[in-house]
Amino acid sequence: MAPSKHSAAVTTYGDHEVIVPENKLRKAVSNKPLQPGEVDDPIARAEKALSDLSGEFASWMDAECERLDKARQLVSVAGFTSTNKEELFHAAHDIKGEAATFGFPAMASVANSLCRLIEHTPDSNRIPITLVDQHVAAMRAIYREYDRSDAVALANQLTKRLREVTDEFLMHENRGRPDVLEQIKGPSIVPE
Amino acid sequence: MIRIDFNRLRFLVIDDNAHMRRILRTLLHGFGAREVHEAEDGAAGLEAFTHYVPDVVIVDWAMPIFDGLELTQMIRQPGANANPYVAIIMLTGHSEKMRVTSARDAGVTEFLAKPISAKGLYQRIVNVIANPRPFIKTKTYFGPDRRRNVNPNYVGPERRRGGKADVIKQSPLLEKVRPSS
Repeated sequence: MAPSKHSAAVTTYGDHEVIVPENKLRKAVSNKPLQPGEVDDPIARAEKALSDLSGEFASWMDAECERLDKARQLVSVAGFTSTNKEELFHAAHDIKGEAATFGFPAMASVANSLCRLIEHTPDSNRIPITLVDQHVAAMRAIYREYDRSDAVALANQLTKRLREVTDEFLMHENRGRPDVLEQIKGPSIVPE
Repeated sequence: MIRIDFNRLRFLVIDDNAHMRRILRTLLHGFGAREVHEAEDGAAGLEAFTHYVPDVVIVDWAMPIFDGLELTQMIRQPGANANPYVAIIMLTGHSEKMRVTSARDAGVTEFLAKPISAKGLYQRIVNVIANPRPFIKTKTYFGPDRRRNVNPNYVGPERRRGGKADVIKQSPLLEKVRPSS
């Protein structure tokens, strides 16, 4: 596809330029008025499309749990090599981002706790494998038992305890690093 | 309310997770988009960006080879590609303040924290189309203006020298990162 050239108005100041590129996207702003009675709700259409897809979400989460468990097994066997660590973090991070969309929001906090454990431990070899195992087992259990009426309450209890143990470990491991401690203790800017 | 003809826009979705690419494609088609291209890592994303010349890039942060942040920095090279001004929406599970600041400094246009919602994605797309910000080029930065409003309580030094800064009023990125209900 041939690249299209962009024209831009440039104003030069002492140490910076302000550039106003031609807005080629304005072509997509529709000025066509709606007909009486006509409804245009793109958000509702997209939500409906997502809802039509939702029958697949449980199997997708199952695949994500399998991936997480495989990454955990690699760490158990070969330790926290750079590749193993990245794969485990990535698998947990994806579950954190997908859990609510796939209909398992209670899994997100456990996944987040595992991400914090991996990300904020300065020496990965000191990460207790048992704690990793417990996070992975908790996520799999929450997924498996999600239809139970008390699933969310149990998940919250499990998450709270795992988070407490993880934070205690992280505080100890980072005791000489005030900048990291601030990050660990600081609230997320996204509500959990 | 501003209405967008999504079928006049070309999207590129770059995410290594096939499930998330499917979700994004579904939402974009739901909005009315017809042309949605996909890439599964940063390197393939850069190639697809050059090939398809998309109007809007939706990129995940955490990816193999090079991540969304590095990809953004590669795209924001004036003169190096067909459209260094392209709208880039960063989609990520990272939610720490430091991360948002890094994304802003790499030159992302909008930031969308997971879990993704149709409303959140739609709002970001409308914003990049209807309210584009000017670009700023300094020795160390090229990207959308990071100043989204004037803070009357700001007491630090004026870091832009030689003229009055142009400011387009917008919500701070940190506020925008919070998923809409």
